[in-house]
Amino acid sequence: MTQLQAYWPLYPELLLVGAAMALLMLGVIRPERDTEAEAIGWLAVLALGGAVWFVLQQPAGTHPLFDGAFVVDSFARFMKVLTLVSSAAALILSFDYMRRAKALKFEYPVLVLLSTAGMLMMISANDLIALYIGLELQSLALYVMAAIQRDDARSSEAGLKYFVLGALSSGMLLYGASLIYGFTGSTGFPAIAAAAKAGGAQNIGVIVGLVFLLVGLAFKVSAVPFHMWTPDVYEGAPTPVAAFFSAAPKVAAMALLMRVTLAAFEGAKPQWQQVVTALAIASMVLGAFAAIGQSNIKRLLAYSAIGNIGYAMIGLAAGSPEGAQGVVIYLVIYAAMTLGAFACVLAMRRAQGMTEDIDELSGLAQTNLGLATLLAILLFSLAGIPPLAGFFAKFYVFLAAVKAGLWPLAIVGVLASVIGAYYYVRIVKIMFFDAPRERFAAVQPKVGLVIAVTGLLVLLYVVWPAPLVDAAGAAVRSLFPA
Amino acid sequence: MSGFSGFGVLSLVTFFPLVGALLIAAQNRAANRNARWIALYTTLFTLGVALWIWANFDKGNSAFQFVEEMNWLGGSIKYKMGVDGISVLFVVLTAFLMPLCVIASWDSIQDRVKEYLIAFLVLETLMIGVFCALDLVLFYLFFEGGLIPMFLIIGVWGGERRVYASFKFFLYTLLGSVLMLLALMAMYWHAGTTDIPTLLNHKFPAEMQWWLWLAFFASFAVKLPMWPVHTWLPDAHVEAPTAGSVILAGILLKMGGYGFLRFSLPMFPVASQEFAPFVFVLSVVAIIYTSLVALAQEDMKKLIAYSSVAHMGFVTMGIFSFTVQGVDGAIFQMLSHGLVSAALFLCVGVVYDRVHTRRIDAYSGLVNRMPLYAVAFMVFTLANVGLPGTSGFVGEFLTLVGAFKASTWVAFLATTGVILSAAYALYLYRRMMYGPLDKPSLKGIADLGYREVLVFTPLVLLVILFGFYPSPLLDVTAVSVKTLVSNYEAALRAAAAMNVR
Repeated sequence: MTQLQAYWPLYPELLLVGAAMALLMLGVIRPERDTEAEAIGWLAVLALGGAVWFVLQQPAGTHPLFDGAFVVDSFARFMKVLTLVSSAAALILSFDYMRRAKALKFEYPVLVLLSTAGMLMMISANDLIALYIGLELQSLALYVMAAIQRDDARSSEAGLKYFVLGALSSGMLLYGASLIYGFTGSTGFPAIAAAAKAGGAQNIGVIVGLVFLLVGLAFKVSAVPFHMWTPDVYEGAPTPVAAFFSAAPKVAAMALLMRVTLAAFEGAKPQWQQVVTALAIASMVLGAFAAIGQSNIKRLLAYSAIGNIGYAMIGLAAGSPEGAQGVVIYLVIYAAMTLGAFACVLAMRRAQGMTEDIDELSGLAQTNLGLATLLAILLFSLAGIPPLAGFFAKFYVFLAAVKAGLWPLAIVGVLASVIGAYYYVRIVKIMFFDAPRERFAAVQPKVGLVIAVTGLLVLLYVVWPAPLVDAAGAAVRSLFPA
Repeated sequence: MSGFSGFGVLSLVTFFPLVGALLIAAQNRAANRNARWIALYTTLFTLGVALWIWANFDKGNSAFQFVEEMNWLGGSIKYKMGVDGISVLFVVLTAFLMPLCVIASWDSIQDRVKEYLIAFLVLETLMIGVFCALDLVLFYLFFEGGLIPMFLIIGVWGGERRVYASFKFFLYTLLGSVLMLLALMAMYWHAGTTDIPTLLNHKFPAEMQWWLWLAFFASFAVKLPMWPVHTWLPDAHVEAPTAGSVILAGILLKMGGYGFLRFSLPMFPVASQEFAPFVFVLSVVAIIYTSLVALAQEDMKKLIAYSSVAHMGFVTMGIFSFTVQGVDGAIFQMLSHGLVSAALFLCVGVVYDRVHTRRIDAYSGLVNRMPLYAVAFMVFTLANVGLPGTSGFVGEFLTLVGAFKASTWVAFLATTGVILSAAYALYLYRRMMYGPLDKPSLKGIADLGYREVLVFTPLVLLVILFGFYPSPLLDVTAVSVKTLVSNYEAALRAAAAMNVR
């Protein structure tokens, strides 16, 4: 017991992994029924909540483990809470959909737990090997989740596509990691940071390794030009799975990207800044233009996710504490907005079944005003119109970019946000201006809860914005040791 | 800092309409009548508070009054409200026009009444907030937030091409504003604050001023609108419902002029002076060109929309003359135009509700059946022309005096705009009011109802009152404008001294 206590920084991860194994056994023992599967799902939500509790119990300060390969600091704690809450919300969204799709299986919550454990590992990874373990644990679970509806060709295709492209990116990442190890002589981030500062940043081998590493991570956050899988996977995967993909894994991968760039490769900042700037500009512009022509709302949200990662990267490109704070604020608000938007997609259901066609939202304001209003709030927020939360998300990353003097990036960013506003507002137009169609079935309480909570959060954030700003500022301080 | 009040009267006047909006939202779906009364009481109460602010405003003080300050975004970005002589009257104007909009929509809006009224009340909060905000970020929040309700008002309750018009309005103004957002961030990092009173005394380097001025100009020029970025306005005006046009012309356009006075002139004096000839050219083109365009319109609302662009040309000309008269005149012109153009759109709404067309040639000889209407329309037409004895004259005259000091040629060319405005306005009046009453659709047309009389009476009285006796308005603005102009001149002298050295 005392030995276990030495591993207290690992309690949240241990809880998730332990719960995953226990639930797996429980699922095998218990009869295969929907109610059983849903009960296991709620137990998984409970486990995620317990992990949040463990994270909140962890004392302030930086606590390394396993010779520094795993680190718990204020940044990790903040991002872990965000990841866990996003995972739990996406899991709660899945029950009703999965039951109707006859895909309510106990494996799904178990996979959610495993991938979330991988994400927590990614967030705390302070070593190239820990990074890879966390990333793979997450990714392998995600591949299966995309294909969870195994009788559906679209879902299987999404899983396969995701797997093949994901494996490619993992390969690149490993290649980059091995180059970095070869040229710096260490896999630990502190040692790499020291080597980079000592002039290793001028070493072409380290630079090439860094670029490959960034490419691998760009795949995971679906930054352009490594975004090709995103629309297909979002469209093909069951909607709650797409909701899951759009929030928690993005948060974890961005956190990892931040730790790699800001902590491990601080000495190579001019080098990675160029790469990140290029990724950000490409993502924002492609996200804005490609979404215009979409008629499937899940594809549209996929391009929206691509664009949003571009905005988050603006803060990263600034490479400053303000920028990192901006990214963290951005991720929190983005997670709320995207989960709310996907919950609205789940509410697009008639007696004949689900629909994903944007035109089916036509005249929603006249058939279900509450849903239309909340979705409109979320969309205006995604477009970055004040006084909604999405405006503040963009505000802080642009603030950091302006301070860093990244004018081209900032100007392209705001112009892309205007173009992006067009496709979000187009949905508002369809809901409010067009003629009504047959009304949707009553919104499920769990889905309605997620929509209402996220919608009101986004609407009322303006009233009391300081706590999140301060918390994000405190969180990123550990990435910038004085 | 005098006038410091913990009462929070500016927050009250800004956010009270939201209370009304919430009450309306809580009403049952069919309770349209209740919703209308709630909206009316809410806007009247807001007007009462605005009038109280006007009455208790210290005219001899150029500092911000009724200041409120609270922590908000953390750091130096605060929730800070306050008014001075430049902004207080716009608060009153907004609060004054809103009850009229509610009454004017009483019968003409029958579809989705609750949502309509909620949109208007939310819009009122955002508009009053623009004029009260003393923090750049807060200002931007209100300034941009107004896009959402206005977009919905045009798009849901608008005319045939409402979708096109609402998108054009939305994207145009958004595109104009995002660069201002970057500029205010740059100001934040340079001055360390977004507090407007502090920034008014902050000296930005000349080169930075140049860029900041351009970014702010992009936003305000679109909002005002100035030629050549005015093209969203005729579309938005034509398609918006009557009350939407009233608010667009009466208040939203004034935000651009207010922005020039609040930010461009005092914060970037060197750049303002450098760009003044450029603004003069655009103003004169706006005055002459859009007046000519107005002359050729077949649609009543379009004609008034183009005339608005021309009148806003006088405003920019007055502001960038950098004289006390010019700036005073610009503010007066904005207030007067807020009344007159609002009234003209309401006049259009009256006949549109009866005949359902805005084509000028669908009307003739209305004076025979609608004498009261003809009188009201006459007063507003003459005020639009700028006839002495109406409020329109005072503003145009003062801006022209200011412009004359700055440049004879500008004043000369702008004066031709006065003549052109007489041409298009009187031409419109003659075509609609006189001539034979031979159109079958007009045979049974009724004169103003009591509700419409209620709307037009205060407008007619105020337009004539301020024409003969403008000092209630000019007294309020005088001290603040004097301070603005003298600070501007001092800043220019200081900059010149720097260059010599």
